Amino acid sequence: MSPYQKPFPNNWWLKRMPYFLFIIRELTSVFVAGYCLFLLVLIYKLGQGPEAYGSLIKSLTSSTSIVLHVIALVFVLYHAITWFNLTPKILVIYKGQDRIPQWLVAGSVYVGWIVVSAVIAWLVVGT
Amino acid sequence: MAETMEIKIFRYRPEVEKEPMFQSYEVPFREDWVVLDAINYIKDEIDGTLSYRWSCRMGVCGSCGMMINDIPKLSCAVFLKEYYPKKICLEPLTGFPVERDLIFEMDDFLTKLEEIKPYIIRHEGEEKALEEGVYLQTPAELAHYKQYSMCINCMLCYAACPIYSIDSTFIGPAAIALSQRYNLDSRDQGRDSRQDIIGSHAGIWDCTFVGECSTVCPKDVDPAAAIQRAKVSSTIDWFKEVLIPWGKKK
Ligand code: FES
Repeated sequence: MSPYQKPFPNNWWLKRMPYFLFIIRELTSVFVAGYCLFLLVLIYKLGQGPEAYGSLIKSLTSSTSIVLHVIALVFVLYHAITWFNLTPKILVIYKGQDRIPQWLVAGSVYVGWIVVSAVIAWLVVGT
Repeated sequence: MAETMEIKIFRYRPEVEKEPMFQSYEVPFREDWVVLDAINYIKDEIDGTLSYRWSCRMGVCGSCGMMINDIPKLSCAVFLKEYYPKKICLEPLTGFPVERDLIFEMDDFLTKLEEIKPYIIRHEGEEKALEEGVYLQTPAELAHYKQYSMCINCMLCYAACPIYSIDSTFIGPAAIALSQRYNLDSRDQGRDSRQDIIGSHAGIWDCTFVGECSTVCPKDVDPAAAIQRAKVSSTIDWFKEVLIPWGKKK
């Protein structure tokens, strides 16, 4: 008498919200990687001289490019926030005998993020 | 008339039916009944052929786990009133072969549990003789692993883990959390002997941090965090081994 093996459907990630959100989190990596590639192309064009760089920058003002950027921003934000929230689970730090509270670990990642973003914004816009 | 509730249960009796089926039962609805009380009522009053596991009725033995409306839960820890007036659907824990009705095979988990050596290991020659007394430990040292020691081996975390259902070679959440329970114990010196399994692909690296194991854990063990922490330790090991010339070599 053999035991019965329940089949595991391929669409398991559509069956419950937490699984769906997990798959979306995994999918966001594609956007993060895609945007890294885009930044590399940007640097490459910069190396080719002002003309090549200028025409790339100009092509970025098209509505398609803006829509793609907005989509990428949403996914990258989701990626960053979900991972930031998971960080305190992974980083278990003790100060003497006491564990540093989880909100402090997550909080410092967020503060780091804001500081780095502010510095970049200052470099891009302010100078 | 007294209120009643419908409970639909997964039935598989290999000598009767080739394919499993569902059977519905009408049970009295009582505010103070947990799902397990209703199952016991079915077994005692309606259908004595129903098979399922239970023992302590208080969330300690870990034997009454089942899928309750698709979510792995201890049936002694959820009240009927959490579902009433909706129906309840009971199935054996996902990811395990079903032996009969709600009873699944747990051999795979037990083998894995044994493989990670869930006991205190001392280096040879460093064990204390019996007459030397116990190994002492401060409350702070206990705090490092206590959370992981709360595991009751109920296997809800395996049922919540899609990785385990897709690839059953995965060592799985509870076994890895329990290996951390010993690795982080100040009295233990056995981490190296567990590392071959824990650091393998079927160990921590199979985990993609879905995180549902921790959500369904009835004892707040947080196996997902245990696995990610083990990944950090393994990565540090690797750096020490590969990058530091005087680092620990295998
Ligand atoms: S019967 Fe023991 S945990 Fe539910």
